[in-house]
Amino acid sequence: MRHNYRNWPILLVLGIFSTPLLIMLVFQVVDSFTLKQPGSLIPSGFTLEHFRFLWEELDTGRAGIWRVTLNTFIFATTTATVVTAIALTAGYALSRLNFPARGFFLAGLIVLHAFPTVTLIIAIFLILQILGLYDTLIGVIIVKTALELPFGIWIMKGFYDTVPWEIEMAGVQDGASRLRVWWQLVLPQVQPGLMAILIFSFLSGWSEFILPLVLAPGSDAQVLATYMQALILDDTKADFDLFKAVGLFYALPVVVIYVIFQNKLMNIYGGGSKG
Amino acid sequence: MQLDLIGFTKRFDGTPVVSGMDLSVASGEMIALLGPSGCGKSTTLFAICGIHRIDEGRLMFGERDVSGLPSQRRNVGVVFQNYALYPHMSVFDNIAFPLKVQKADKDQIRRRVGEMAELVHIETLLDRRPAQLSGGQQQRVALARALVRNPDVLLLDEPLANLDAKLRLEMRSEIRRIQQETGLTAILVTHDQVEAMSMCDRIALMNNGRIVQIDGPTRMYRDPMDKFVASFLGNPPISFVTPEDLPCFGAPKACAEIGLRPEHVGPQFGTGLTGEVRFVETQGREDLFDIALPSGRMIRSVQPAGSGLRPGQTVDWGYDAAELLCFDRQEVRL
Repeated sequence: MRHNYRNWPILLVLGIFSTPLLIMLVFQVVDSFTLKQPGSLIPSGFTLEHFRFLWEELDTGRAGIWRVTLNTFIFATTTATVVTAIALTAGYALSRLNFPARGFFLAGLIVLHAFPTVTLIIAIFLILQILGLYDTLIGVIIVKTALELPFGIWIMKGFYDTVPWEIEMAGVQDGASRLRVWWQLVLPQVQPGLMAILIFSFLSGWSEFILPLVLAPGSDAQVLATYMQALILDDTKADFDLFKAVGLFYALPVVVIYVIFQNKLMNIYGGGSKG
Repeated sequence: MQLDLIGFTKRFDGTPVVSGMDLSVASGEMIALLGPSGCGKSTTLFAICGIHRIDEGRLMFGERDVSGLPSQRRNVGVVFQNYALYPHMSVFDNIAFPLKVQKADKDQIRRRVGEMAELVHIETLLDRRPAQLSGGQQQRVALARALVRNPDVLLLDEPLANLDAKLRLEMRSEIRRIQQETGLTAILVTHDQVEAMSMCDRIALMNNGRIVQIDGPTRMYRDPMDKFVASFLGNPPISFVTPEDLPCFGAPKACAEIGLRPEHVGPQFGTGLTGEVRFVETQGREDLFDIALPSGRMIRSVQPAGSGLRPGQTVDWGYDAAELLCFDRQEVRL
């Protein structure tokens, strides 16, 4: 392979900027598994003690890690499923159907996508209280889903736009109903988009912090992000090694998902299928 | 199946795109909807297959009025310009799709797809994906898919536009052969006069949302109804002169313009038409001359190659008086 530029300057710059991140990651992993004298950077022995949260209750009055993990998982999967389901249909409608106020909806999507969601949090808080959904997992899921939707719909619309409309017309000519055409002929071609939205909204739900913190502060609806926050907040003497171990546990699924699906995630920037 | 379009009108946002069009296609006939872009030919095609609603008028397939029926129930086979094959399905599944929608049983599907593959010569390609096929092969698959459920009418929307010149020639005769073997009533939409003339029994030439003339290709070429038809058909195109340019020709009084086809101008028709050669285009078998008359008007002539004439030379050629086309001030043929 021929290069019309040299590789090493790029590698050097990338290396310089990545080193701090790399060091942080290394210490995250090393500290989670080792004992250390105070003030020293060099570990003095191997231990699994920091992972004790996995098999024993840390203290009374707090939800166990497995319960919290289950909460987080439910939160992330439900959000991802609902976002994907709505984005698939809404994106199709915006891309293909000519309905009243279509332009308004398109503009609204962009505005909502760019809108800083934190500014809405007071209003959402009040609404959830009135609806009786405050401090419930369901309430947080609904809010998170609503906030994720503009992005999902917009991306899906982009994928649908790349499918030639003649394919749908051909399907209709072949005698299939509009629903069947969408399901059998169009959907397979936006499948990369579907995967990308599913994974992205799952990861986004998995790492969500502000919404559960404000809208569901009780222990019943706790997720991993708020669990970690409570961990360093409560203790008079913060146990940072424990905190790092929980962090590692929290980040593991994200890493696994990225490794498995990285090709699919790249699609979101490419967009569309090649006929 | 006989097809009748009666008083068809289509509007987009209130503006009529096609107005009051009548078209009758005999059973087993292949007719071309020919015209410049924007003349309404594709609109007509989409109205026939049900993609566009028919605003006014009726569409009859034989005795059946299908004007109000949705596409799915019209039983029309369509070949789209970009073929619109389903990229995620094999060739077999593409062709089988219309039958699967009809819930035909497996054996029947296999038999029928086999027949179609044989008809369009793609028996060996059934396991491939559309992306693995050449343009001509994709075209054949699209044809097979359109034909597989025995449609009443076959519609072809610019079927050759995406093919290179050599394939276009091949598919031209292939489509014609398949249409004749199946005996289907077919409508071909095209802006290419050569396609229309070489493939179809009759041509319906459209302009501004109306049919200007319907005739067989030869008839339409030799006997155009107005100046638009005369100038649209023919390659290289016809040239127009005034009666003053041809003083020896006894033009009728009402004649405002005379059309001269390139093949009817040349030394073989005697003398009397002098002019200066401005441009010579070599086409191998023949040369195409642009000649400036003393009045400044340009006429074209096609001559066998090897005349040795150069731009700047003056020629004294003749014309075939029997083949001149006279038009009045309203551009209607006299």
